[in-house]
Amino acid sequence: MTDTASPLVPGEAKALLAPPRPALSHDWRRIVRIGSIAALGQAFIALSNMPVRLDERLIVKPVLSLGYLVLLFLPLAVGYRQGHQTVREGVPVFRPGLNEVVGGFSCGLIAGGGLAVLAVLLANFDLREPLVNWSPILLDLLAFGNQAWFAAVIWLAIGAGMGTVGGVLRLLGPTSRRAVVTMAIAVAGAAVLESLVVDLAEGMGLEALTDRLYDRRGGVNWNSALGLAGVCGILAVAGRGRLRQARSRHAELQGAKRTQANAGLMALAAATLIVLPLFAGKLTNELLANVGLFVLLALGLNVVVGLAGILDLGYVAFFAVGSYSTAVLTAATSPRIAPEMPWLVALIVVVIITGLAGLFIGAPVIRMRGDYLAIVTLGFGEIIRLLFLSDWLSGWFGGSQGITMIPAADIFGLTEVSGTDPRRVFYLVLVFCALAIYVSWRLERSRMGRAWMAVREDETVAEAMGINTVNVKLLAFVVGAVLGSFSGAIFAAKVGSVFPASFLILVSIVILVVVIFGGMGNIVGVIAGAAVLIGVLGGPKQPGLLIEFSEFKLLIYGALLIWMMLARPEGLMPSVRRTRELHQQEMAQDAWLRGEVDDDGGGNRPAGPPVATQS
Amino acid sequence: MTETHAAAAIAAETGPPLLETKALSIDFGGLHALNQLTFEVREGEIVSVIGPNGAGKTTLFNAITATVEASAGDIVFEGRSLLGLDPNQVTSRGIARTFQNVRLFANMSVLENVMVSQHCRTKQHAFGALLYTKAFRREEAEIRQRAEKILSFFGTRLVGYRMDQPAFTLSYANRRRLEIARAMATQPKLILLDEPVAGMNPVESAELTGLVGRLRDEWGFAIVVIEHDMGVVKEVSDRVVVLDHGEKIAEGDYAAVASDPEVIEAYLGKGTGEK
Ligand SMILES: Nc1ncnc2c1ncn2[C@@H]1O[C@H](COP(=O)(O)OP(=O)(O)OP(=O)(O)O)[C@@H](O)[C@H]1O
Ligand SMILES: [Mg+2]
Repeated sequence: MTDTASPLVPGEAKALLAPPRPALSHDWRRIVRIGSIAALGQAFIALSNMPVRLDERLIVKPVLSLGYLVLLFLPLAVGYRQGHQTVREGVPVFRPGLNEVVGGFSCGLIAGGGLAVLAVLLANFDLREPLVNWSPILLDLLAFGNQAWFAAVIWLAIGAGMGTVGGVLRLLGPTSRRAVVTMAIAVAGAAVLESLVVDLAEGMGLEALTDRLYDRRGGVNWNSALGLAGVCGILAVAGRGRLRQARSRHAELQGAKRTQANAGLMALAAATLIVLPLFAGKLTNELLANVGLFVLLALGLNVVVGLAGILDLGYVAFFAVGSYSTAVLTAATSPRIAPEMPWLVALIVVVIITGLAGLFIGAPVIRMRGDYLAIVTLGFGEIIRLLFLSDWLSGWFGGSQGITMIPAADIFGLTEVSGTDPRRVFYLVLVFCALAIYVSWRLERSRMGRAWMAVREDETVAEAMGINTVNVKLLAFVVGAVLGSFSGAIFAAKVGSVFPASFLILVSIVILVVVIFGGMGNIVGVIAGAAVLIGVLGGPKQPGLLIEFSEFKLLIYGALLIWMMLARPEGLMPSVRRTRELHQQEMAQDAWLRGEVDDDGGGNRPAGPPVATQS
Repeated sequence: MTETHAAAAIAAETGPPLLETKALSIDFGGLHALNQLTFEVREGEIVSVIGPNGAGKTTLFNAITATVEASAGDIVFEGRSLLGLDPNQVTSRGIARTFQNVRLFANMSVLENVMVSQHCRTKQHAFGALLYTKAFRREEAEIRQRAEKILSFFGTRLVGYRMDQPAFTLSYANRRRLEIARAMATQPKLILLDEPVAGMNPVESAELTGLVGRLRDEWGFAIVVIEHDMGVVKEVSDRVVVLDHGEKIAEGDYAAVASDPEVIEAYLGKGTGEK
């Protein structure tokens, strides 16, 4: 019934399996509630103009565009969701049956109703005044070029259909469900990664393959989509459990063997990252370089937020200080002083400057705790940007004009790294990412790392145990600042100019979302988070693979963050420790239910749920 | 046990005061949590602090460890005042404590809890860790060894597989033990134990009582213990100090204090007599 997840995931107590419920025994209020939420969501998505804008981007040629995909997703999701049963100790879980299908149908129907009503309203009223996207184009899209009544009928039908599919998914056994999910991911992935795959294939001389897979005007061919889905489905069924086996085997490895396995994996990843750009064209390399810059930023913020538990909402400040000081030190056009240092020499000075900036910003801020600290860092992030923008300092930093004509980064006279050759930028970023990974990894497993953990857990007690919390947190702040400055220095050389507008608060937020999404405190998770979010959706100003999403990026980031906080606060790839922190109570309860309480022999103390220790 | 007690008691009589509070007062708004308290602990001594609920016992610990600020008076440790120090500085001077409401680093492993508490006795900074120097590795090994040694003081309970378990999986009694282990790891001269046997069953509390004696005999700590259980107080203490409403109403060995009419009244008058 439930996935047999790792023992760290709570709520996996084995439940009784009861026969399916009768087809119409629903809690109808729940169905209506879930359906209505989806209906409102559908209308919102439609009015956000996403479908119209994204209609250009084909997923599967000729049947599905990204625009329609966003409208199909919600009914499917609620159709699946309504069949969810909370597993509780001693409460039977019903085997899914016709009931789930009917529920999915109903939910989907209501969800589709949202669009049906919207279509009718669109045809008869003009609300363009408050709702800018209230347009005939939207109606046209909803009605597939027909009349409004057609739209109403077809969306009811589509909603019901998708909802039913969602309900049917509940009926599938684990293997077939995995196959379906793999197929869907494979096709969607192929479509999303289209430009990347095409570009790499071109570099490797495999155009023949991609010509067959993709249509010339974008999108996966209908036939190839079916083929791809088929192959992936078979692979999923055949390889069932292999991946998990491999992973658990890896987890069981001890000592030297484990180090070897990890080293092997890392070498493989490094080799891929070094070889890949050689085959990639300029655009792909540009994308890789941008993702790399954000990985670097995210790794830096991870030290502050993930390891030391300081919620820093102004991290962009260090990115800005790094960029600006690089600009001032290397550019000939820098307004006040222009030492025109070589990039590498400047970098040393930049590290010192940002380190000091970290100290100066950190010293007053670090004594605060929790929410106050978050707000104050947010303020400092803005202050730094406004300082660079101000008339007062425009003699130094050029105000809103910024500093332009920053020269390329000269690396020991071997190469020059600048935006004109993104491949070199990527390699440079890669080196600094490796450095950042090494730094976080070493520090986490040291006396300082343990002190950070203790501070994160309970600052008062950490202090009573002899940890100078101010110093320890300041160190995290400074390490984070320095790592951020690397990114800033590379950014300055890459773009060739710095403006205050590049360092909006939005950058801080995006980096934070990346860290949270990936899994705070877990290096691999943070990297994966940056790769997925920045790579697919794009950074604050940088386009991702789904260029069409740029307009809606913030909406999607926001929605993702909310969903993540509700459903999986530990992130995509959580660190074991973070998961524990977030689910400690539940896990302690579960352990108690399973009778695994640590009983220390001496006692005849009555068993009871363990007392929470944090006051 | 009684012999070593006697020997230690003699040493305690003659040794210099390790910790002294001089006319210490703590006010919370209008409430005098501690009033002109004069109190001392000598090297190698085990002092019990008793008193009804709200008497100010925990507040005394908080004042010594700089968690709350003294309103008047002075606290002197090894001849130097502790006033104006931060809690972590007090710990580095050599005073460690446990908490009445057990406050472990719940998501850190048992071993890590003890390792991190050696922070103020170790000095490898970030650069050592980054360069992975010999000194760093040596210190890490030492930290680990010391932690294991401290944990093995509690028998088999906190060692073995349990060392790598997160602290929140421990039983209640083991959490209390781990708190003591953590205090030991700061390498103190004086340990303040706030109700170490609260919530334990008689078997466990008898065992912990023995442990308090061993802490002094084997590790040489001076110990102040707040305790409500009179059996435990009688067993461990060289000297008993009774607080009521922030004032010291009696002091002396257990027998003398237990028969003091003022003490009996303080307990019975409050209606929270000994259990
Ligand atoms: N931070 C504080 N702010 C205000 N009042 C406090 C504070 N800490 C303690 N008090 C008050 O000071 C008095 C003494 O409290 P304290 O915790 O020292 O008692 P105690 O002797 O440890 O009692 P118990 O046996 O219940 O642990 C109580 O009335 C308490 O309410
Ligand atoms: Mg108390």
